[in-house]
Amino acid sequence: MHTELELTTVPEVPIEAECLSPAKIKGLSQSGIEHLVMMHGNRKVRVGDFFRVTGNGQSSLRLEGDLSRVKYIGAGMKEGEVRVNGSAGMHLGAGMSGGVIRVSGDASDWVGPEMSGGRIEVMGNAGHMVGSAYRGQRVGIMGGEILIHGNVKNELGSAMRRGLIAVGGQAGDFVGVNMRAGTIVVMGGMGIRAGAGMVRGSIISFEPVELLPTFTYSCWLRPTFLRFYLCHLGQSGFEIDDDHMSGRYRRYCGDSVEENRGEILVFDSR
Amino acid sequence: MAENGTELRIKGGKVYDPANGIDGEVRDILVRDGRIVDKVSEKARTFNIPGMVVMPGGIDIHCHIAGPKVNLSRKLQPEDHRLDVHPGTDVTRSGVGGVTPSTFATGYRYAMLGYTTAFDAAVPPLAARHVIEEFHDTPVIDKGFYVLLGNNMFLYDLLKQGRKQDFKDAIAWWVTAARAASVKLVNAGGDEFWKGRRNENVTDVNEKIDPFDLTPLHATAAFIEAVDELNMPHPAHIHCNNLGHSGNIQTTLDTMKAAEGHRAHIAHVQFHSYAGELGKRVQTGSEAIIDYINTHENITTDIGMVMFGKATAMTADAPLTWMLRNKDTKWINADTECESGCGVMPFSYQDTNYTHTMQWAIGLELFLLSQDPWRVMFSTDHPNGASFRTYPRLIRLLMDRGFRAEMMKQVNQKAISNSLLPQLDREYSLYEIAIITRAAPARALGLANKGHLGVGADADITIYTDDENRERMFNAPRYVIKAGKPIIEDHEFVDDHIGRFLHAEPVYDPAIEDHIRPFFDDYYSIRFNNYRVDASYLHDHEVMPLRNSGNGRKKKGK
Repeated sequence: MHTELELTTVPEVPIEAECLSPAKIKGLSQSGIEHLVMMHGNRKVRVGDFFRVTGNGQSSLRLEGDLSRVKYIGAGMKEGEVRVNGSAGMHLGAGMSGGVIRVSGDASDWVGPEMSGGRIEVMGNAGHMVGSAYRGQRVGIMGGEILIHGNVKNELGSAMRRGLIAVGGQAGDFVGVNMRAGTIVVMGGMGIRAGAGMVRGSIISFEPVELLPTFTYSCWLRPTFLRFYLCHLGQSGFEIDDDHMSGRYRRYCGDSVEENRGEILVFDSR
Repeated sequence: MAENGTELRIKGGKVYDPANGIDGEVRDILVRDGRIVDKVSEKARTFNIPGMVVMPGGIDIHCHIAGPKVNLSRKLQPEDHRLDVHPGTDVTRSGVGGVTPSTFATGYRYAMLGYTTAFDAAVPPLAARHVIEEFHDTPVIDKGFYVLLGNNMFLYDLLKQGRKQDFKDAIAWWVTAARAASVKLVNAGGDEFWKGRRNENVTDVNEKIDPFDLTPLHATAAFIEAVDELNMPHPAHIHCNNLGHSGNIQTTLDTMKAAEGHRAHIAHVQFHSYAGELGKRVQTGSEAIIDYINTHENITTDIGMVMFGKATAMTADAPLTWMLRNKDTKWINADTECESGCGVMPFSYQDTNYTHTMQWAIGLELFLLSQDPWRVMFSTDHPNGASFRTYPRLIRLLMDRGFRAEMMKQVNQKAISNSLLPQLDREYSLYEIAIITRAAPARALGLANKGHLGVGADADITIYTDDENRERMFNAPRYVIKAGKPIIEDHEFVDDHIGRFLHAEPVYDPAIEDHIRPFFDDYYSIRFNNYRVDASYLHDHEVMPLRNSGNGRKKKGK
């Protein structure tokens, strides 16, 4: 059983809907959900003003419609499931520590900031700052998985500390900037300055990368750990070639302006 | 100023008004038109507050709350703001908090602690306009600032040439041009080493500063003398050289000795009371420093206490923040042309750390050994030692030795055993707290109408619910009245207020402008005629009267 919310009125300005998370609606009646408060610009509105609610509060939430102006979907969730049939707005799954969010369309900027567990899957594209630290914060996501099947823009996984971020398409500039640890897999190529300021962690690219001069070539290898990661991603719906699975990767270490303990693995040949 | 005819009768509270010798007596305070009066009509609104504690509004003599340096800190720490939102109410505006709150939140949060006046301690003249604009948006409190002149190249040149009268006139011109309340010296001479010799700093106050044939001590003494002779309401406000270095007590004592015969204010003296050897562990030097202060009437000081938690080093002592920075801290340095330096660095004091605990202990020691509360005032050098929001906790540490002992158990034990703190069991009384946070700063600043509740005083009044837990008590005044207008009632904001800008206008010979003008044409990024802060920038303002202004020279035009 799940609770279904269908967007009936497209908001003119973004809505901040921290209440659209299983923990907040669980156990509420249908009218209880309709009366939850959201911010529409600087005004308080009710969920019922914008959504048609079907069913009472379950641990599984289904959102229908173009929610690209609805922010903070699934924020702070600890368990359960949110499924968005359409697109989602900024700060999707902010601060989540468990559960699953699935978006069939696109997501906007700031997917999963301050995440510490759980999983976010986006079938379409996502914006800037996916899995990134908020501005000024020294450490970004502390765990969990963010899987984007389409493309993402700049600063993917900035300052991330733990967890897995995978992108099926292209990523913009500054992939893994200031990364502390964790793993980023980008399958469709990435922009410039990948890994700038990274301390530890692994960035994997299937396509050639223009590297910063502070990264140095160390060796080539066929990383065993990567096969486990790619098998896992294959089971999550990514298409993985056997070549990538068992092929040879060139390993570059850096960033030497930091501790030089991070690595960028670039696919070389079978 | 409250509207004409607004009258209040504050009835039945225990009044602590040290300037008038009132120590907890139950008496009524009457207010009309923003001032304390001796009679009000029957129509006066009455506050019945039996058992509550009535004090004048708090005065912060040394803090950093406005201008480019605070803005740099705000920009450097967005994370601090995001986690501390200051919501608006029906009568007040919203903002963000953290260690360096936004302008509106700064004003409201001072008011929420019962403070009604605050002085920003370090403003380069170039930034004066910006500071005044921010002050206009810093509500409730009255405010002013001290202008940084202690590294001003033009003034150093005059000193080098021995032109004493011109030096004095130029100081007065700069104070007037910037609309400052007094003069601030920061690490006099240090910026020259920092800029000219690549990241070096003054280590010996008797060592000559390269291009000027002067020592920092000479320069400091000349400033102290000039500011005193100008009859400025507040004397030269001095951040001594060698801040934060082990063994800096000698520098601090030398500086105080150089002030002999003149009034001087030694700022955040806790940071200047370190014994031990340079580069080695800090030892407490509080006894030597406070003994000197206790026996020398010409010195006033604020302590600049440290409290554990987030702070931000924010200072014109640019070489200091450069030295403190490391790869895990954010740090920013800003250019202030020929006038000064500026460094900002977010910082966190930790109770497990020997040095930080020692700094915390030295601040408390200085207070507990002080014999004259009228000259040893309360401050944390906000946000350098701690945010002003820690004031209630620090007040409790001074007033409650049980709480102090409890806290001493939780911090670095090595530092505690090297400190004097375990031997000190003095407790401050409410009367003494009213002195160090109200009456004494008002007196040191020459504000005759503030810091007391006598007839004619500004009606800046704070009313606290008496509580054994002094932290809780000082954290949330029940009522705050500003300029005769109730701002907080029953802990809630009921009204807003812009607050007044306070500045001084020392007397000088306008001929000095002819000497200063060519210097601007040669070295400044701004034209002389655009430099002076003109009257259109001043909102509701008040000129602080000069001391014995009858004796000063008459001002010759403008």
